Amino acid sequence: MTDLTRRGFVATAAAAATAGLVAKPAIAQSAWPNRPVTLVVPWGAGGGTDATARIVAAILEKNLGQPFNVVNRTGGSGVVGHSAIATAAPDGYTIGMITVEITMMHHQGLTDLKPSSYTPLALMNEDPPGVQVKADGQFKDIKQLAEFIKANPGKLKASGTGQGGIWHLALVGWLNAMGLKANAVPWVPSNGAAPAMQDLAADGVDIVTCSVPEGKAMIDAGKAKSLAIMAEKRNPLFPDVPTLNETLGISYSVGAWRGIAGPKGMPADIAAKLTAELQKAYDSAEFKDFMKARGFGTVWAPANDFAAFMAKGDASMAEAMKAAGLAKA
Amino acid sequence: MFSTFLEGLQLVLQPDVLIAILAASIYGLIVGALPGLSATMATALLVPVTFYMSPIAAVAAIIAASAMAIFSGDIPGCLLRIPGTPASAAYTDEAFAMTKKGEAETALGICLWFSAIGGIIGTLSLIIMAPLLAEMAFKFSTFEYFWLAFLGLMCATLVARSSPPKAIAAMFLGLLVSAVGIENPAGTPRFTFGMTDLLGGIEPIPVLVGVFAVAEIMRGMALKDPPSIPHRRFGSILKGQWELTKTHKPQQIRGNIVGIIIGVLPGAGADMAAWVSYAMAKRFSKTPEKFGTGHPEGLIEAGASNNASLASGWVPALLFGIPGDTITAIAIGVLYMKGLNPGPTLFTEKASSMYALYIIFILSNIIMIPLGIAMIRLSSTVLRLPRYTVMSVIVLLCAVGSFATGNNLFLVLLVAIFGVVGYLMEKNGYPVAALVLGVVMGTMVEQSFVTSLIKSDGSILPFFSRPVSAVLAAMTFAALLWPAAVWALKKSRNRLQPASP
Repeated sequence: MTDLTRRGFVATAAAAATAGLVAKPAIAQSAWPNRPVTLVVPWGAGGGTDATARIVAAILEKNLGQPFNVVNRTGGSGVVGHSAIATAAPDGYTIGMITVEITMMHHQGLTDLKPSSYTPLALMNEDPPGVQVKADGQFKDIKQLAEFIKANPGKLKASGTGQGGIWHLALVGWLNAMGLKANAVPWVPSNGAAPAMQDLAADGVDIVTCSVPEGKAMIDAGKAKSLAIMAEKRNPLFPDVPTLNETLGISYSVGAWRGIAGPKGMPADIAAKLTAELQKAYDSAEFKDFMKARGFGTVWAPANDFAAFMAKGDASMAEAMKAAGLAKA
Repeated sequence: MFSTFLEGLQLVLQPDVLIAILAASIYGLIVGALPGLSATMATALLVPVTFYMSPIAAVAAIIAASAMAIFSGDIPGCLLRIPGTPASAAYTDEAFAMTKKGEAETALGICLWFSAIGGIIGTLSLIIMAPLLAEMAFKFSTFEYFWLAFLGLMCATLVARSSPPKAIAAMFLGLLVSAVGIENPAGTPRFTFGMTDLLGGIEPIPVLVGVFAVAEIMRGMALKDPPSIPHRRFGSILKGQWELTKTHKPQQIRGNIVGIIIGVLPGAGADMAAWVSYAMAKRFSKTPEKFGTGHPEGLIEAGASNNASLASGWVPALLFGIPGDTITAIAIGVLYMKGLNPGPTLFTEKASSMYALYIIFILSNIIMIPLGIAMIRLSSTVLRLPRYTVMSVIVLLCAVGSFATGNNLFLVLLVAIFGVVGYLMEKNGYPVAALVLGVVMGTMVEQSFVTSLIKSDGSILPFFSRPVSAVLAAMTFAALLWPAAVWALKKSRNRLQPASP
């Protein structure tokens, strides 16, 4: 194609599009999606975020009649994938699953990306941390544990994820809420929740602050028990585990969450349609059953509420990270 | 018990389960044979497909694919000196040396036969001793892991055929590579030079593909004449394997035991099992000087070990939901999704499903033999093809494979960089296998050491006072001091009795 005809083609196409827009605005709106949509996941294939993204993509694909391709953009501890979502063309054809790390990484100076770098679409999952201890250990309830920590700062060790990870900050936030310093319970970094639970059973650490579903297998095996969860309400799947508020009178809640977002500046009509479709997906039995089977918590927040949720989380993370000495000035 | 076994058998003998096993086996064989695509990758890519399968078929697909991929990673390692998976890297040089001697079919036959036997013995250990083995995992905290990883690092000098100082230097380079990124105990970015892509660190896979595959291709380009590999028909692949089985009993027993133990320990998988077993085979061998020249002993021990570890890696996964390695980490997700929640109840309430899993393990290891033979025959054509066509396809595979692991172009660049590094190292007599070992073990050594010190408030006493730790420490020091003691002994003897003229 020569330059001249290409220009001509573009002009014709634009004219046709404009004509269509003027004549039948409804068609122009319903045109999205008219080609496959990419759903970027900043974490590896086979993990929890990947699984959640794939079930959402499968439902969207079924309802919207266009392929939703899940692409794992890993690397840089999540920075690479998160930035791929933020820097994509805001045309509704590249969206992604963003995770709690987006409210943490910029405080550490690892990236400039923060919640406001995205068009929030929907929050779909949140898992609050629990406080797990050894089943046959000395602590019978959370009160006893809290008293022991206050009386013997630095004695107990806790684990659950890497240094500065979400479960570490959950611990620091809880200690903060009790008026204690971050070093009252030193953090032992681990490669995730499962190795930390194993180390708990092997007497390596005393407390693991991962989510209750992550510790479920070890709890069922009689090796560990959950004393409390750091959430506003009890988890219906674990009704016997009390909240911090009930037991210690501390209204501290935090959690690892996952939501869908697009690049900043997405057309409002496409964003609204996506949020509506995501709500349909969220309400479907398929999604609910899947999340229940994996032990993942389900939470719904549409675009604006999701933005407010992230802003609140961002502020509390800033505080926790400062207390833990992880925030960069 | 027998009726639940029959129920389990019934669960397996469904058409969809059998088709899943067969299809996943072929898929695993192909993915494992491609350089840069690991067994973990093969499993991860299966997950979305398992959404649409029945629970038993889904788990069967994962078991079959991972077992096949670990074996078929040996094929390119043996034929081209390009290991398909990190678990094959320990004995790639050995297998390739056999190919150069014209014994490719024996080498591949060993890998296949002893992989299958190792897999079956690993499964038997899973059946008989699962609860017992799982209890063992709870004796292991970071103190014990430190010694284990340290012992693993010491394999560098044993596995390599070059001078020990050069092997140690290459290993240190590997440790430096493993230090890159933010995933260290302090959570601080190291050696990232402000590059986002380096934050996540350097994974073993691009390093492995670079130093083995790309470097091998560069060597091929530099040579005028390709190394002469006898062009002839492949003989029988299983011929002589029974003979080897009878004559190499200690190697097999050791390989299987080491594989089972390392597999059960969370975090130490098939890769480490292969390294440790290869090193052990050399240490206990009556003819260690033959190692590296195309000698079957090490191949038998390490090949048995990595497949045995694969099966026993499921013990902590099934009983406690703790992944034994990256493959079971993915499999646990699938188990949860399919309502087969890991935990002790799986063994009591869902006993028939458990038996079904056992049967699938054994079945996969049996069909590995005919499918593996077909795969070996098919891939042996690469030896007859002109070298330049094979090599150009492999460059393409390396690029595509490394890109696919994270959809990130940076990984392709890393492969290229490590290709140059590997080429220069080889040229100057530094063993690249030791570099890969450093990268694989580095994170574990550092993490277990630092976290142990955090736990003990800086005291090194628990490294020696915990019972299992003390035993491992004694083994480490014995292995360290043994060569020195032998040397000193020889020297003093020489002084007492002057060498005869």
